[in-house]
Amino acid sequence: MTLVSGWGRFPVVDSDVLRPRSFEAVGEAVAGMAGSVARGNGRAYGDAAIGAVRTIGMTGFDRVRSFDPATGRVRLEAGVLLSDLIDTFGPRGFLPFVVPGTRFVSVGGAIAADVHGKNHHCEGGFGRYVDSILLRTGQGEILEVSREQNSDAFFATVGGMGLTGVILEATMRLRPVETGWIRERVISASDLDAAMRALDAGDAVTYSVAWIDCAARGRDLGRSLIYLGEHAGKDELARDAVAFPAGKNPGLSVPIDLPSMTLNRYSIRAFNELYYRMGARRAGGSHVVSLYPYFFPLDSIADWNRIYGRRGFLQHQCVIPEQGARAVLGEILDRVSRRGDASFLAVLKKLGQGDGILSFPLPGYTLALDFPLKGDILNFLDEIDRLVVAAGGRLYLAKDARQSRATFEAGYPALSRFNAIRKSLDPACNIRSKLSQRLFDEV
Amino acid sequence: MTSRKTVLVLGGSSDIGRAAARAFAKAGYDVGLAGRDIAALEPDAADLRARYNIEVGLHKFDALDTASFESFVGGLSALPDVVVSIVGLLGVQQNAESDFAHATTIMRSNYEGPSLILGLFAEKFLVRGNGTIVGVSSVAGDRGRASNYVYGSAKAGFSAFLSGLRARASRGGVHVVTVKPGFVRTKMTEGMKLIGPLTVEAPVVGDAILSAVEKKTDVVYVSGKWRLVMLIIKTLPEAVFKKLKF
Repeated sequence: MTLVSGWGRFPVVDSDVLRPRSFEAVGEAVAGMAGSVARGNGRAYGDAAIGAVRTIGMTGFDRVRSFDPATGRVRLEAGVLLSDLIDTFGPRGFLPFVVPGTRFVSVGGAIAADVHGKNHHCEGGFGRYVDSILLRTGQGEILEVSREQNSDAFFATVGGMGLTGVILEATMRLRPVETGWIRERVISASDLDAAMRALDAGDAVTYSVAWIDCAARGRDLGRSLIYLGEHAGKDELARDAVAFPAGKNPGLSVPIDLPSMTLNRYSIRAFNELYYRMGARRAGGSHVVSLYPYFFPLDSIADWNRIYGRRGFLQHQCVIPEQGARAVLGEILDRVSRRGDASFLAVLKKLGQGDGILSFPLPGYTLALDFPLKGDILNFLDEIDRLVVAAGGRLYLAKDARQSRATFEAGYPALSRFNAIRKSLDPACNIRSKLSQRLFDEV
Repeated sequence: MTSRKTVLVLGGSSDIGRAAARAFAKAGYDVGLAGRDIAALEPDAADLRARYNIEVGLHKFDALDTASFESFVGGLSALPDVVVSIVGLLGVQQNAESDFAHATTIMRSNYEGPSLILGLFAEKFLVRGNGTIVGVSSVAGDRGRASNYVYGSAKAGFSAFLSGLRARASRGGVHVVTVKPGFVRTKMTEGMKLIGPLTVEAPVVGDAILSAVEKKTDVVYVSGKWRLVMLIIKTLPEAVFKKLKF
């Protein structure tokens, strides 16, 4: 048994970890023990990628099966990382349509969480660009699932947190791009109303996201920087610029767990003040930036999860339906800023309709916050959850480590349909994660 | 026919072999993958073709079948520019202590086979007047340890072979690289307790091999920390060393 945890380093649990080398061995790993789930690169924050008994590491499956340079269709093994896809096909003029805030996630994980990016409001989630999936079910079958073939299983697998089976391979479409650069425009918003207006005004822009200073309060509550982006064409680059900038490996890294003292209301406030002022100075004009800092600002610091100390941290990401979102978001931000120990930065963005049965996105605003694991944080987040549920919102499973069953069930009304499909694929419930034990499985 | 450079990877289905093939392919080389089981190499060949739009050839090669080496090299449609041997077998030290057959396989897999095949390529390269030979050896060859000296001694022999070959071949325009990866997270080391800061992933080794070939480096410790660690270990007096639990 090995101690395993997610990116947030909470919870830490014992699990039998296997790294099969063939699809047959994956099958044996699933069949051999009730209670296993696949794990990609371990970037889910909580307990989603930890098996109830056994965790099946998939990063060894990192082969590209085929690529059509005319259409950008690619077939891959599930352990290929998005960073690998970007490094490999970027220089050939193709990028994933959807990337989350880190490029170090596997394709299988990105499908299982139906990850969203800064373009969800206009282009949808990761699953929208997946044409078919090769799935190894808990019952032992290997199924090809797509919108046309086994479509129930397909839509349960997209966003299904790995609970419909082990994703072995996927065929997906890549986005043709002229360059690896983004034309970015920064808007500074002095409060939450201005931030939401700026995001609304950016509806037609491909990429948009707001970084909120969650230490600000009172009149400044919700003050933020909104980053809008479009893919830059070749003609927009400086004459000597390379069309596709190289992605650097993380230069800085956090070598040790910082003492939990490091993050306190003063250091966070100082950091946020600085971040806001530096960003505000760039506001207004547009400029061209490499895709890496634009999409993956935190990837430049390896092991940044150690900033929160040994006990780890919790991320709370909710989505609130558009109607009434302003009041609820204001209330949440107000409570967070009064509390004082919230994250460096909160992220606010707009989402559109999700594709999978359990996909997180719904039309509205999503707010992501980090909290160091200490004090009464669990109670505090339960209170925030009540606001979310009352507003008809839900929490993102890929980042969750602590929500209650009631919160989950209220937020995901399609759960019974998902459960029925899951049961048909895996009657004995061989596929089980710590997350599914906490939130889904019959008790 | 392409005018691209070519690399032949012996032991192509190993994790380091795959990583090395990817590094060279990314740099624009056409790749030959050689291993015992051609069918097992197919997915990796498809991967390289899809990623890098290069030519990939597959070759059956068994490092223990030394009698076949002449015909293996003779059967290649063209001599590669670079040949890389990742061939090796960690084996189980405890078994090797009493089991002659197992010890023999470890010795032959890590010393005899790789040395003979690279020696053969060296002769051909010297006739041609250019070429690069890469042998993946091990820090385990720097000093015999109680816990893996059968493997380590074979790697020591291989390192010595490469160093001698380098001295001789360099005069004929042929470069020889010795790679000592240290701990690498691979199939071979699965289940072993590896020391985190001294452990690298296979792609790091692949990139180091490519870089050594391009920069004409002689001996590469993939993680610089290992050079220091092994320097200390090599200089410990035997009287002290034999008492260490190591």
